[in-house]
Amino acid sequence: MKYDTIIIGGGLSGLVAGVKLASANRKVAIITSGQSALHFSSGSFSLLSKVEGEKVSDPIEALAKLPEAHPYRKIGSENVRNLASDVPHLFAKAGVLLNGNASECHYRLTPLGLWEPTWLTIDTLAACTDPRNCPWRNAVIVNFKGYLDFYPEYLADGLNKMGFTTRCEEVTLPELTRLRKSTSEMRAASIAKVLRGNTLESLAAELLRVSGDADVIFMPAVIGLKSNAETDRLSQLVDKAIRYVPVIPMSVVGVRAESMLRRLFESLGGTYLLGDSVKSGDFKGNRLQSVRTVNLGENTPLEADQFILATGSFFSQGLVAKPDAIVEPVFGLDVECTATRPERYNKDFFGPQAYMRFGVKTDSDFRVSLGGKTIENLRAIGAILAGADALKEGSGAGIATITALHAAQRILS
Amino acid sequence: MEYQVKNISPNNFEQCIKCTICTVYCPVLSVNPDYPGPKQAGPDGERYRLKDPEFYDKALKMCLNCKRCEVACPSGVRIGDIIQNARIKYDHHAPLLRDRMLASTDEMGTLATKMAPIVNTMLRFKPVKAVMHSVIGIDSNRTFPAYASRTFESWMRHKAPDQSGFKKKVSYFHGCYVNYNFPTLGQDFVKLMNSIGFGVELLKKERCCGVAKIANKLIKEATRDAKTNIEAIRASVGEGRPVLGTSSTCIFTMRDEYPHVLGVDNADVRDSISLATKFVYELIDSGKVKLVFRPDFKKRITYHVPCHMQRMGWAIYSLDLLKMIPGLELVPIESTCCGISGTYGFKKENYATSQAIGKELFDNILAANVDLVACDCETCKWQIEMSTGVPVSNPVSILAEALDVEATRRANGL
Repeated sequence: MKYDTIIIGGGLSGLVAGVKLASANRKVAIITSGQSALHFSSGSFSLLSKVEGEKVSDPIEALAKLPEAHPYRKIGSENVRNLASDVPHLFAKAGVLLNGNASECHYRLTPLGLWEPTWLTIDTLAACTDPRNCPWRNAVIVNFKGYLDFYPEYLADGLNKMGFTTRCEEVTLPELTRLRKSTSEMRAASIAKVLRGNTLESLAAELLRVSGDADVIFMPAVIGLKSNAETDRLSQLVDKAIRYVPVIPMSVVGVRAESMLRRLFESLGGTYLLGDSVKSGDFKGNRLQSVRTVNLGENTPLEADQFILATGSFFSQGLVAKPDAIVEPVFGLDVECTATRPERYNKDFFGPQAYMRFGVKTDSDFRVSLGGKTIENLRAIGAILAGADALKEGSGAGIATITALHAAQRILS
Repeated sequence: MEYQVKNISPNNFEQCIKCTICTVYCPVLSVNPDYPGPKQAGPDGERYRLKDPEFYDKALKMCLNCKRCEVACPSGVRIGDIIQNARIKYDHHAPLLRDRMLASTDEMGTLATKMAPIVNTMLRFKPVKAVMHSVIGIDSNRTFPAYASRTFESWMRHKAPDQSGFKKKVSYFHGCYVNYNFPTLGQDFVKLMNSIGFGVELLKKERCCGVAKIANKLIKEATRDAKTNIEAIRASVGEGRPVLGTSSTCIFTMRDEYPHVLGVDNADVRDSISLATKFVYELIDSGKVKLVFRPDFKKRITYHVPCHMQRMGWAIYSLDLLKMIPGLELVPIESTCCGISGTYGFKKENYATSQAIGKELFDNILAANVDLVACDCETCKWQIEMSTGVPVSNPVSILAEALDVEATRRANGL
């Protein structure tokens, strides 16, 4: 099988690169072992929320304060600004509407009722440029009876602090009561599978009944697993603003975004190999010729001109920590990490951890190296890149999307 | 280091990080909250069962064994295998007579083909269906696929074109459906392989792959059949003939369920057990073979990915082969479970669940407005045809129909 580009890893970064390349009529395959970390997404993407522990209000301006090895520094401020402005357009093509921009943070309402600065937020989620001056002031927070992964009182507290009037209500429907038969499965995705079709009409009636004079309804983000059809329908039926708040995973908004991006990718002619993983690569000189996967086996080499590695960090097993080494398991690429094991960790658990910055070694163009030799046609993108502490910086989704677009741009030029 | 090597658990169950992604993709959980879901039934429950078998939950029999949880799992946990192994190890109820009947495809097929016209009429007769429903527990909404009067094996021995002249040969694992119900698919396979220069032989001995016996917990019988099959496959591979099938479930079972569920080792021959579509695609991809298609073949089709095909990751072969047919318009639909899961949907207690699971697929197929659904699995075929009225064909049959045999033979120097 021959492709223009093969992307290893089908999470946020891999999908964004895939969509960008397939939009430019390139023949692209994505190989991904299982579903991605988008299943844990808050529905907001941060570009850069903190540098050295200080909150950032203009992420682009703050890029200069990052260490030189940081992926953003390699791309450069001006390029990051341009690529950042492309991200919402790419998502919009998939039907995922994102609000926000890179030069000025807006604030998202977290599940614990805090207002956290962020870059982009899926349009139906609770977020505001200035929480003290939201367009609505009188809120009702509605939960489903028996649903334990959503905390209305925390939200009420967070809203009250910003001058909202709040009230908490509970609703239920026969379909949801039926779900409660299973003690463990009254969870976000299970609810989303029930709240569709005609059930939305009963839900709308319940929402109208409890909302009274409220001008906004805050609800757990557990509606619409595969498309916007359900949230759109509910908005039509309820003549009030509805804002969804992320809950404990599964993240229904994340699953939906992934599903919509994947559908766009496939409709552009992309091949998405789910549940497969690359087991080896055939290198010739400084180039990767082809890869072989566990499922397709030895007789189906997957050839391409360009390759992208988007396998993520430790969580997605893009990096594996062994007692004596940090390893990139697909090709055994060179890894940027501390020399000894004790240096990996900070005994202050909540302090910055050295291992968070580990990743594959790349040159200025994000090309990886193997045994000290740069591989000309294999670029790394997203969380597998060294030099960033996505957790402390609030930069995970920004790095994933912007390095993906950057790599795609380099391949296309 | 040594201790890392020892830290390997059966079916990778220690790798479960409790992320719950599998529960999103479980077709049973989506429609039936009585099922505990793959995470709870699989790795979570396993921890308890290891402490005390009393923790075994009989609800595990609701698992379809579709393996969609394994496809979704980002940590490589073989969730479906954990569940099936738990059923085998801890559920000590003897299978019902009905379950034995449904699972004994070879025995029933051998009997039925001898009296095919009578059996076929009887199985369609309403009072018979009513009795089967109430007495045996086979849902009266179902109709058994018609039995053929002559088995495929008999056709191969007596009627098939001579296969001895071919230098290159493969063995065909036809499976029960082709043998007893639908020899046409086997004939299409022979036509396709012959036209690219491959002779087809039967295995020395072939038994049912065992998928129905595994599902109905006839493990002793399934293991016996598996050993017979692997022995015959080994002999074939030893003589230079790889073994090809046209049913994704048979091939999946022999490659993966034999070692993972039945404990039958196939490591030496596993790579030589393949689907016809993968084998032919690889020959074309490496430039060894060409297919030439008739210019007058025109069809609008969609392709349904059977669950076990999804697990093997091989849908791409069937799809890419179909895309080679110039007159074929392919409408993509999302891969979801059809709900039949072999014998599962035939049982009256599962009928409603089975149809509820399949609803999304049926709606998608009807909306696609196609002449034909392509699909590599026979039980999906029965389910889709019954539930949508749209005819379903194996990709091998579609290829055989669209093929210009003479031109293909010439293109391959025959």
